[in-house]
Amino acid sequence: MKRVLNKKVLFGLYDDEEILKDAVKQINKEEAEIMDVYSPFPVHGLDPLLGLTESRLHIAGFMYGITGTTLAFGFMTWVFTCDWSIIFGGKPYFSVPAFIPITFEFTVLMAAVGMVVTFYLVCGLGFGVENPCLDNRITDDKFCIAFDVTHSSQEEVEALSVLLERTSAGEVHTKDI
Amino acid sequence: MSSVVSNVRPPLVTGSKTYHQITEDICSPTEQLPGKGWVLCLLCTLGLLGFGTLAVFFTIWFGIGTWNLNRTIGWGWDITNFVWWVGIGHAGTLISAILLIFRQKWRTGVNRAAEAMTIFAVICAAFFPGIHMGRMWMAFFVFPYPNTRGPLWVNFNSPLLWDVFAISTYFTVSLLFWYTGLVPDFATIRDRAKGFRKRIYNFLSMGWTGSAKHWQRWESLSLVLAGLATPLVLSVHTIVSFDFATSVIPGWHTTIFPPYFVAGAIFSGFAMVQTLMLITRVILKLEDYITVEHIESMNKVIVLTGSIVGVAYLTELFVAWYSGYIYEQYAFYNRAMGPYWWSYAAMMTCNVISPQFFWFRKIRRSIVWTFVLSIVVNIGMWFERFVIIATTLAKDYIPSNWSYYSPSWVEIGLYLFTFGLFGTLYLIFMRVAPVVACAEIKAILKSSGDQYCGPAFAEKTGKINSGLHHDDHGSHEVLHSETVQSDLASSDKSTLAETADDTDVLTEEKNVEDFKEDINFDDGKNDEE
Repeated sequence: MKRVLNKKVLFGLYDDEEILKDAVKQINKEEAEIMDVYSPFPVHGLDPLLGLTESRLHIAGFMYGITGTTLAFGFMTWVFTCDWSIIFGGKPYFSVPAFIPITFEFTVLMAAVGMVVTFYLVCGLGFGVENPCLDNRITDDKFCIAFDVTHSSQEEVEALSVLLERTSAGEVHTKDI
Repeated sequence: MSSVVSNVRPPLVTGSKTYHQITEDICSPTEQLPGKGWVLCLLCTLGLLGFGTLAVFFTIWFGIGTWNLNRTIGWGWDITNFVWWVGIGHAGTLISAILLIFRQKWRTGVNRAAEAMTIFAVICAAFFPGIHMGRMWMAFFVFPYPNTRGPLWVNFNSPLLWDVFAISTYFTVSLLFWYTGLVPDFATIRDRAKGFRKRIYNFLSMGWTGSAKHWQRWESLSLVLAGLATPLVLSVHTIVSFDFATSVIPGWHTTIFPPYFVAGAIFSGFAMVQTLMLITRVILKLEDYITVEHIESMNKVIVLTGSIVGVAYLTELFVAWYSGYIYEQYAFYNRAMGPYWWSYAAMMTCNVISPQFFWFRKIRRSIVWTFVLSIVVNIGMWFERFVIIATTLAKDYIPSNWSYYSPSWVEIGLYLFTFGLFGTLYLIFMRVAPVVACAEIKAILKSSGDQYCGPAFAEKTGKINSGLHHDDHGSHEVLHSETVQSDLASSDKSTLAETADDTDVLTEEKNVEDFKEDINFDDGKNDEE
């Protein structure tokens, strides 16, 4: 499934993440609106510059985990106290210590699977998804700052190109995605 | 990328790599036709797999009566192999999860392969309880699903069922963790590929773009998964040890089992990582990424966990004597002096004595020693499980039951089957996926690459400093760990810029200065993690 965004994008390619961060700082100063930044690896210190708030994935993870805890413990309790009570080795039906290992494992399982699924959903990623690629080298050694110029005039695009070049972008291109 | 750049710690990436070179080095093995060595290895593993498949069919066709298990010794090679493989799997999660939390950067060189090893090892492990069921197509009976027999549920109080949950959770979480780490690297291969390969990697990379928000979430996910996997990995072998420890068999029902099993698992897991990585780094020419530093770090873990295991063996003996319980005492006497004395001796020699060689730095850093000892350790760890399982069962409470056990060819065939399976999967993995985590290596390059850190870098910087600014910085001939950072911090930026220029990464003077400011002398503000 090839995703088409119907956007015109102006982007600059940088050679190093430190130059990229400086460029973002400078672009922020000039109040140009960055569409997105792409990099071959996570660049630390970039998120606050782009105004990205902290990911809430871990909160989701906690929710999934606590759901797993409740489900596992509740289910075992129900099975052994209500549905089909069996005495194992003379121990009580509701034998909490024996429920702990499975409760723990199921908590971890739910939290992990839930978080991973959520991650791919919120990022719009998945098997068969084909997102537009600005440049093949972005997953190799180039760092990219992209502007959405779909509704920009020719002058605005030129001004942004100059800005990119001024911030030491090695290459500046436009692309329809 | 961390802001802490050490000038004394040896570099983890050698060869003055640029980002592009890293991509080339790590991705190119997936783009070339396999070499003769690889094909030869594959033929060997396929041979084992073929012979093993025969043993599997034999078992399924005639039943587990084809094994030499008897009424006294109900667990033999099957469960020994199960525990052995599960243990081997532990290093992968330890490297990827626990070392991530402890910020051990050397993990990046080996985590991908170690995680793959975990997954394949767990598959091999799960095979044994499966085939031991006899009718392994009924294996789904172990899961609590609504059935027509009541529904009659499984026994949630049984450690064997805990094991089902532990192993399946462990496998799932390891797989997710591994694959999520692979996605950005598959995207790298995708963007280099053409034609049909591009379509395959396009599918595998899930449309990864490298967007800043995606990376942020990816890192958050990795960290939380690591946080979850850390107690998980400890719980898995704890629960495996419960299979024994919650029983009433002398020699099994000891409270020391959980930590002793976990340490043993990490011990054998790291040994297997060493065996595999020492071969992989040569075949794929990854010596710059899996350096002697990595090997030494892993050997340190081996000597630590090996010593814990050694102490556990001695503690067991002491407690058996101190308990005053004759059955317990006899169980241990039987292990050491009984008909299986040779397996006890093999266990003690391989697990307690052999890792102690790693106290010597020379041996820790020797490829040959490491390779040989890593295999010795795994032989020893196999014997440990055999000693615990078969020799303990051989002499139970009633002397008329006493028995002896040696495997039939079918049981040996099943063990070889898992070797074939493991080897084949690993060899395929080597061809289709980056064996080293490409994006993660790039992320540590500025803090651990040899052009940015290490004694050589410190010396180089010192020489430049003393050469050009002798008046200001006259004391650079000898660089001590405490003074290097402050010396560098106080030295002239243009001097340092020259050093950075050598790397060919930067061209503009202004950026070089800023780069130095941000990278080397960052006060940690920018370092979110």
